[in-house]
Amino acid sequence: MQTFDLSAQGLRALNSTLHALKGQTNQTSWEVINPKGAHAIAVGLDAPVDVTVRGSTGYYCAGMNKQATVRVKGSAGPGVAENMMSGTVIIDGDASQYAGATGRGGLLVIKGNASSRCGISMKGIDIVVHGNIGHMSAFMAQSGNMVVLGDAGEALGDSLYEARLFVRGSVKSLGADCIEKEMRPEHLAILADLLKRGEADHLAKPEEFKRYGSARKLYTFNIDNASSY
Amino acid sequence: MCGIVGLFLKDPKLEPQLGAMLTDMLITMTDRGPDSAGIAIYGRPEKGKAKLTVQSANPDADFASLADDLGKAIAAKVTGQVKDTHMVLELPEDRIEAARHAMRDLRPKAKVMSAGEGIEIYKEVGLPKDVAARFEVSRMSGTHGIGHTRMATESAVTTMGAHPFSTGSDQCLVHNGSLSNHNSVRRVLRQAGMTFETENDTEVAAAFISHKLQEGAKLGEAMEATLTDLDGFFTFVVGTKNGFGVVRDPIACKPAVMAETDQYVAFGSEYRAMVNLPGIESARVWEPEPATVYFWER
Repeated sequence: MQTFDLSAQGLRALNSTLHALKGQTNQTSWEVINPKGAHAIAVGLDAPVDVTVRGSTGYYCAGMNKQATVRVKGSAGPGVAENMMSGTVIIDGDASQYAGATGRGGLLVIKGNASSRCGISMKGIDIVVHGNIGHMSAFMAQSGNMVVLGDAGEALGDSLYEARLFVRGSVKSLGADCIEKEMRPEHLAILADLLKRGEADHLAKPEEFKRYGSARKLYTFNIDNASSY
Repeated sequence: MCGIVGLFLKDPKLEPQLGAMLTDMLITMTDRGPDSAGIAIYGRPEKGKAKLTVQSANPDADFASLADDLGKAIAAKVTGQVKDTHMVLELPEDRIEAARHAMRDLRPKAKVMSAGEGIEIYKEVGLPKDVAARFEVSRMSGTHGIGHTRMATESAVTTMGAHPFSTGSDQCLVHNGSLSNHNSVRRVLRQAGMTFETENDTEVAAAFISHKLQEGAKLGEAMEATLTDLDGFFTFVVGTKNGFGVVRDPIACKPAVMAETDQYVAFGSEYRAMVNLPGIESARVWEPEPATVYFWER
């Protein structure tokens, strides 16, 4: 394991060291100590390495991640795993607003709560939240899956496209064009897989969730409304 | 942007370090607001005494004989301590309004930063580290305090445009965000008798809360009313003689983190503002909910 002391060595040195790692590197296991809420920790990684951050992070941790597994042994500030492409990001604590925003792939696991706008405009990422999510989560979410073991705040899935939302607890309110949908066997299978990969299969069963999705009335062209477009 | 820090001490043993802890927090928030910085610090009130903190662009001329001049004008004992562009005047509590009035004639160009039993406000244009050093904030003790680093959006970068704003005795407010209906609210508050020093949106929020308190509202109620009457983005931190409160607008895109231990309650725009506080590793750390009022009073 390689240990990197962020407060001694600095952010730019950390990220350029991690960026230099390529597919065949032997240095596959990294530990970052003294993160102290710094911004942009382990952003833009593109190698199958494992990075553990020992403490809480500030804005944009693990943004644009490809291939790497980033674990935060604390809480994450705004925009964690923003625009992630692939790989896995696991937050042991809470995540601040817009976690996983615009993510195109990979898996984001938040073991605490996520605040507002979780998964906003998600485009293929899978997000598993063990706790609750805040208001306006999955706003304009296009594809991918969001699994919430706790409750969802106001306006869940407003202006939703084709992302699937699974919530076990209560939903304070659904956003425009977001509706509850039938849970079919293929959805239970997706949920079972995500709960397992999201380290939550011991906490919840697929049957306990409800599925929400788009009513497809807002984003599809409707000839009757042509004059108002 | 803008950065906010706040600290409410539960453990009196930490009181001598309040200024040092707040200074460290404030400087960490420099890149959220390098334009100007300010701090409101609340000391333990002394019975029968009050403090008037004044600011002048010409401190040498304005402050030289100010304590004596003010003492004569209000017929009371006044002592003063100059700190750079600010001066803290100590006087009998029942003469505070008279002193405020007298200041207008004695030093028309000087500005009253704060008045009250516990509060002192220091604010200036410049980097937070320089502002804190000019006023020796790190040497101050107290029970609670609020700091702000400003990145101006709604009004000019001036001393009076810096935060905190104080619009009532022992009251102050700092703000991250911008208000869109501040002109109409200011008009209503002016008609109700409130006075304003600037065209700044945050001063309106401060005056709005002060006005509610004058009308008899409790701190929690006054803060709750900002959610219905003020339009825009805001995270507010409010200080009073006995405590401090936090409220965020319902959209809550201006960041906020809080931490609580047996020794203190801390507020930061970001977690990194709090990383050097004692016992932060085991503190309860959370993000305040949107449209929810939090306050702590002793």
